[in-house]
Amino acid sequence: MLKKISRQNLIFFGGLLLFFVIVQLAISLHLLNDFWNTILRIGAVMAIVSLGLNLIYGFNGQFSLGQWGFYAIGAYTAADITYRWSNEQSSLGLTIVLFGVLLVGVAILYIRRVLSRIRGLDALSAFTIYFVASLILGIVAVYLGKLAEPVFNTVLRLLPGVVALQIVYIIAVLVAAVLAAEISFLFGLPVLTLGSDYFGIATLGFTIIVKVLLDNSDTMLGFQEMKGARGMVGIPKLTSWFWVFLFLVIVIVVMRNMLHSSYGRAIVSVREDEIAGMAMGIDVAEFKILSFVIGSLFAGLAGGLYAHINGFLHPNTFNFIKSFDPMIIIVLGGLGSMTGTLAAAFAWALLLEGVLRLVLPQGFETWRFVVYPLLLLLIMLLKSNGLFGDYELPFLRQIIPPLKKKLDPGLQTPTSTPASPSSAQKAIE
Amino acid sequence: MNETTNGRYILDIQELSMQFGGLRAVNNFSIHLEPHDLQGLIGPNGAGKTTVFNMITGVYTPSAGQICFLNENITGFESFEINQMGIARTFQNIRLFPNLNVLDNVRIAYHTHAGYSLNDAILHNRHYKNQEKELTERAQDFLAVFNLQDRQAEIAKNLPYGEQRRLEIARALAAEPKLLLLDEPAAGMNPAESSSLMDLIHFIREKFDMTILLIEHQMRVVMGICEKITVMDFGEVIARGTPSEIQSNPRVVEAYLGPGAAALSEKFRRRKVE
Amino acid sequence: MNASVAQKNPLVEAVIRRGLLGKGFLVALAILALWKLASSFMAGPTVFTQQVVNGLQLGFVYALIALGYTMVYGIVRLINFAHGDVFMVGAFASYFAIARWDLNLWLSKVFPTLPFWLSNAIGVITVILVSMVTCALLAFIIERVAYKPLRNAPRISALITAIGVSFFLEYFGALPFVFTSNFITYERPINVINWVISSQGVYVLPAGEAPPPTSIIFSNISLYIIIVSLVLLFFLNYLVQNTRIGKAMRATAYDKPTARLMGINVDGIISVTFAVGASLAGAAGVLYATAFPQLYFVMGIIPGLKAFVAAVLGGIGSIPGALVGSLIIGEAEVLSAAYISTPMRDAVAFSILVLVLLVRPTGLFGEPSREKA
Repeated sequence: MLKKISRQNLIFFGGLLLFFVIVQLAISLHLLNDFWNTILRIGAVMAIVSLGLNLIYGFNGQFSLGQWGFYAIGAYTAADITYRWSNEQSSLGLTIVLFGVLLVGVAILYIRRVLSRIRGLDALSAFTIYFVASLILGIVAVYLGKLAEPVFNTVLRLLPGVVALQIVYIIAVLVAAVLAAEISFLFGLPVLTLGSDYFGIATLGFTIIVKVLLDNSDTMLGFQEMKGARGMVGIPKLTSWFWVFLFLVIVIVVMRNMLHSSYGRAIVSVREDEIAGMAMGIDVAEFKILSFVIGSLFAGLAGGLYAHINGFLHPNTFNFIKSFDPMIIIVLGGLGSMTGTLAAAFAWALLLEGVLRLVLPQGFETWRFVVYPLLLLLIMLLKSNGLFGDYELPFLRQIIPPLKKKLDPGLQTPTSTPASPSSAQKAIE
Repeated sequence: MNETTNGRYILDIQELSMQFGGLRAVNNFSIHLEPHDLQGLIGPNGAGKTTVFNMITGVYTPSAGQICFLNENITGFESFEINQMGIARTFQNIRLFPNLNVLDNVRIAYHTHAGYSLNDAILHNRHYKNQEKELTERAQDFLAVFNLQDRQAEIAKNLPYGEQRRLEIARALAAEPKLLLLDEPAAGMNPAESSSLMDLIHFIREKFDMTILLIEHQMRVVMGICEKITVMDFGEVIARGTPSEIQSNPRVVEAYLGPGAAALSEKFRRRKVE
Repeated sequence: MNASVAQKNPLVEAVIRRGLLGKGFLVALAILALWKLASSFMAGPTVFTQQVVNGLQLGFVYALIALGYTMVYGIVRLINFAHGDVFMVGAFASYFAIARWDLNLWLSKVFPTLPFWLSNAIGVITVILVSMVTCALLAFIIERVAYKPLRNAPRISALITAIGVSFFLEYFGALPFVFTSNFITYERPINVINWVISSQGVYVLPAGEAPPPTSIIFSNISLYIIIVSLVLLFFLNYLVQNTRIGKAMRATAYDKPTARLMGINVDGIISVTFAVGASLAGAAGVLYATAFPQLYFVMGIIPGLKAFVAAVLGGIGSIPGALVGSLIIGEAEVLSAAYISTPMRDAVAFSILVLVLLVRPTGLFGEPSREKA
């Protein structure tokens, strides 16, 4: 049995490596032009966002339209950090977000432990406590960040420029992801208590609020470099095929490992039947938050990666209309199927951004969004459970261990066959 | 934890009431269960039996009264906490995790004592593997006890009705409770199936040293296995006693068959004796 | 499992049991909002009143759209994202009716002797009816082609289909030979009359003249929007509450299988519901375009979304809820645009929704639901 599992791992990782090497070679040898290279990377980014959403909706059953908002938060946060470093030689963005994320993260974990001992605290009150604490710590982080900036600048300047830039980039992507996760925790705490559709509407509202804030990022939030509705330019283009691929593999493995554990089963039980889950000792609220936070973490991560693909961000990318894209991807791929999500994400990028742009003749570009919904309708009408249903690749599939050969002899029911006449029945008759 | 100060009762419910708007679904309900008891709760439809279960397991918060389990007041606790303290239940209209396989349905019950952290799970380290293997084996043992071992890969919703019932009981027991609440376990079973269910309940009580409270409509089952029966009607307790006492209680007959029926049944009994 | 030491303190205990921290947070927000409103009013009562009038006008348009959402959600539990685009089609239909066929003036051409106000009024009603019928037909086709085959599929499939239909209507409309992707100036079906209400009394503002500084302008467009909306609302309320078809709708919304067993043609009723909702959206399209005379192929998205928010805010499935929710959202939008900042109006509408849902999870007029274990 052990050999079989490791063989599956071998095939999976070998296949991944092969895929990576082939694409990388094609890029290095200029067989794959920038257009297709970008599409592949966008496909991988969409796969990460959609896997996160599949965790929230496909596995945990919480209908969220907020994924795109967290994606936007990740994108703009990471972009701002690297922008400041590469254009202004300043690590201010990095230090503030880093300290903020760390302080708030520690505070959330600590408050959580304290609050777990208090019975009967409603979600809104808990939210108020976390919110006030995060607000205070956020202000503290701004001061700390300003203090620490010169230190960080000096240390980073000791390194060669390229290395320093890569380090700033990776930290930026990671802290942006954690920031998105922390915001999702604060937002999700009260909002997850709403019923399924109402939760969806509230998260849609979140996406729209984020978009409005980004439209006015220069005037209302005071981030001049984000340039509000004109779009942010000058972000270093650092997301190579290597980085997206690496993060995609990490996300797949983390998600798969989590789902194949007791935590994953608890997450899925919430989707299946909340009341039965509660009756089996599962803290439903806790697991809703857990999957929402991890899903948003993936969204933030994907956002950070996306920001450094084109070197250009525009609030219209984070329009709520586009927020349906990951939802479309997971439904097309099959809810609760990681394989389906992966395939659908790449297919979506190849088709919508690639093929349809190339196939449609000059002057018919607007037809792209006429053909796309028709395809969508057709797929939904023909396969309403998604293209893959609940199929999983062997590596992503949960293996049911074979039965032990012999049983504990003391543990055997008296009634080996359910319909056999029994002593109790005889007793009554 | 079992040995408490006046630890006679494992479950001690006093003057429990539940109000839904203007409707008093349960009024001044009290019941006591000693360890190893097997008690029944019966009554006509709408008498408030399931509401009592829902209050014990924290689905509803009682409007008045208190529930003590192992001498701790658990009134107002959340469902999952109550389960973790040792009360497991089944549902009137079976509530399995329909799209999961049989094995996972049982393994979910182990999650609070899985013994590894989220980090262990994500890293898939040795500790995770050992613990996971152990709990899987325990779950498979449970399935074997309930004669479901060959069904472990089956999706729960595809099981036949009787096996779904057994799986639900297996899942409840897998959480290693001290008190088991069964809500109409024999509903929809034919006489042969309900007889084997009675055997199963007896077996569970002996094997796991379980305290059981059950709601049941099939009089044959209740009278056949319960030592003590509480009868409810319109949210109130109208009788309590051994099966034979209950059978001859005129108030019970009246509750089930309507006023006048008690007198009629008395007449019939006399005629039979004569 | 033991309560913490802090909880033994009766004050702390009470704060926790009643959720006072969370309620305090909400109350603080409410006080902030009220204070903002009061200070805005004190700063310029006439300007404020003017904004309230504008908000009322917008709110009534939203109410008509919101009813379509609320009826469809009530009956098939589908958030019909294409509804906003049906509204857009309604606006365009009236544009063609007015600009190409002069339907708003047809009666005065046939009977030139009739007083102009009467023939114009009948002309406007004709235009509205054209839009309503167009939208009803469109919704009927959409329902039959895209939603009906998915009646037994997972709910999310229908939602994705709705999004697909929405995309299709928008981008099909954007094609050069349909509505084009340009802004189109709308010809109002009525001539605008502005009444000035000020300390000098009420009088008609002569065309091309600026209104006096401290005055409220009330135009016949507001009047027209409010009257048409109220008439349609009463008509719908009558339809749902007092007719056989309304009874069948309510029964279908409550329990489809049982309704079918009672001899109700469930599929037919669902189609009718879609058509009725869409016809109201068509009327809303005419009203909206009259108030803001510019058409665009994605003009339906934001009003559609706002109306949906209003429907949820009022409590989905409730007709008075849709009206009250829409008026709140209309006022919130106009006031926040005036006193906070224009782009923040979308954010404010959604923030109000989230906060209201936290206090009343099924909206202001929604019936609480309880799942039975």
